[in-house]
Amino acid sequence: MQSVTQKKIVRANRFRKYGPYYLMMLPGLLYFLINNYLPMPGIILAFKKVNWRLGIFGSKWNGLKNFTFLLSSGQLATIVRNTVLYNLAFIVIGTVLAIAVAILLNEVRSKAANRIFQTLILLPYLMSMVVVSYLAYAFLSVETGYVNNAILPALGMEPIRFYQEPGYWPFILILINTWKGIGFTSVVYLAAVVGISEDLFEAARVDGASKFQQIFKITLPCLKPTIITMFILSISKIFFSDFGLFYQVPKNSGILYPVTQTIDTYVYNALMNQNNPGMSAAAGLFQSVVGCVLVVLSNALIRKVSREDALF
Amino acid sequence: MHTLTKQEKGVKIAAYIILTLMSMFAVIPFWLLVSSSFSDSSYAIANGYRFLPQKTSLEAYRYIVSQWDQIGHAYLITIIVTVIGTSLSLLISTMLAYGLMQPGLPGGKLITGLILFTMLFSGGIVPQYMIYSNYLNIKNTLLGLIVPNLLTNAFSVVLVRNFFMTTIPGELREAMELDGAGPYRIYFQMVLPLSKPILATLGIMAAITYWNDWNNALYYITDTHLFSVQQLLNEMNNNILFLANNSGQLQGVDVTTLPTVTMRMAIAVVGILPIMIAYPFFQKYFAKGITVGAVKG
Repeated sequence: MQSVTQKKIVRANRFRKYGPYYLMMLPGLLYFLINNYLPMPGIILAFKKVNWRLGIFGSKWNGLKNFTFLLSSGQLATIVRNTVLYNLAFIVIGTVLAIAVAILLNEVRSKAANRIFQTLILLPYLMSMVVVSYLAYAFLSVETGYVNNAILPALGMEPIRFYQEPGYWPFILILINTWKGIGFTSVVYLAAVVGISEDLFEAARVDGASKFQQIFKITLPCLKPTIITMFILSISKIFFSDFGLFYQVPKNSGILYPVTQTIDTYVYNALMNQNNPGMSAAAGLFQSVVGCVLVVLSNALIRKVSREDALF
Repeated sequence: MHTLTKQEKGVKIAAYIILTLMSMFAVIPFWLLVSSSFSDSSYAIANGYRFLPQKTSLEAYRYIVSQWDQIGHAYLITIIVTVIGTSLSLLISTMLAYGLMQPGLPGGKLITGLILFTMLFSGGIVPQYMIYSNYLNIKNTLLGLIVPNLLTNAFSVVLVRNFFMTTIPGELREAMELDGAGPYRIYFQMVLPLSKPILATLGIMAAITYWNDWNNALYYITDTHLFSVQQLLNEMNNNILFLANNSGQLQGVDVTTLPTVTMRMAIAVVGILPIMIAYPFFQKYFAKGITVGAVKG
């Protein structure tokens, strides 16, 4: 008997001690519940004929129709291919350039100069994709764009209707993504470069190692864990694309879809413009599930490479 | 310090040259944007946007000034959303983190796990859109611009928790508790003031997210009274006459007299000006935010 009342007292004390903290956590927990957990059962919409009036659970089952439509229209293959290939290009080009910039930034010992370089190279990352699409338009517009009015005529070439010719877009999107993201990635790598012990370089200099030997024999090997971690993380997000880049910059031009439509822009267009929420949900489910599997696999890999960088 | 060898000097000079080129590469599009906005519109139609337009004019900006009540209103919306969104975001994520760091908190591990799980799996956009628009009715309200971005990165909660664990001195807290201070007083009077560095870093990142957001507007806002600057830019991108149409000024006005080609660039300049001016002052926290959050963000 006594032990039961004791337990009750212990529990009451515990509640008095932690109660206020739970109250403090409540808004955040509610937010995750509403924003993240409530939509999770909603993935079943991918198997339903979505009816806005009837909602998630009221809508009628539709079997695999959404998926078969998505597959047979050939759209799934296109959007998955675009998403994955662009990401691969971004990863390779972004990583190589960012490491180069980080190493160069590390050579600039003047604090003021270093800060100016970093500030300027990071500037594009600060801009929204809407603004980026204005900047791109200033170059690419048929009527008034700089490329069509200054560069091409100087080369004796005909104007190009960029917003109607798919062929140029892989190059344009890779260029713009690099322009916008290079500052971000190089700042990440710079943090790792700065962290390399100066003693290593000092010892190498004493041994008469050239600057390039130092870069290839010390800097790059020391960056290896960061490179691998960043690489695996990007791979885990390979089915996710920057919606803004692919939606805003090509101005959502339908003619360009074969080379600009990714899973994310497809999900948006099918949901909001083509009134096709079922196929949108199907593409979304594909992305969520494959994405989740990839994150888990990647995390297991990261744990092997460098434990403290693992997510969980 | 050792003296630089010839090769080291060479590398240093190369670094300066390449980084200068990279910086120019980053900035040049902005130059074209600004110079085009000051270009004479008939000159721009004939010669395109130029870095150094031969004929300049303020007509695009005159038009913007004439539409200032709409643009100013959009700025008001952006500022309200950014201020409220950033403060709320910091408040709920730090309170959550502070609760989570309590030693022996029953269910603490489970809660952390549930929070991190949101980074792993999501229901996707369609169900989220349905819940927000059908069940919570945030369409065409300010909440539509604020709520979806409150905690975009679950990892920041863990980040703040770890920061608290390493920087909040236990003795100080015990002393305050002995003085009879409750958890809330300790949180607001000691924990938050001690956490200024991480609050500044996360706050800047949240503020930029809100300032730049046009995505939520695309889903949840159709009411022109709730248009933010970014949504206005987005709308003008598709229809340069949006402002004119919206103010009902088109009646009796010859549309062809509007300097549309330069207006387009001027509205973008007006849209990025505040963040450009503020940037040098928060650049430090911006770069810090990237290094802190990037790897796991």
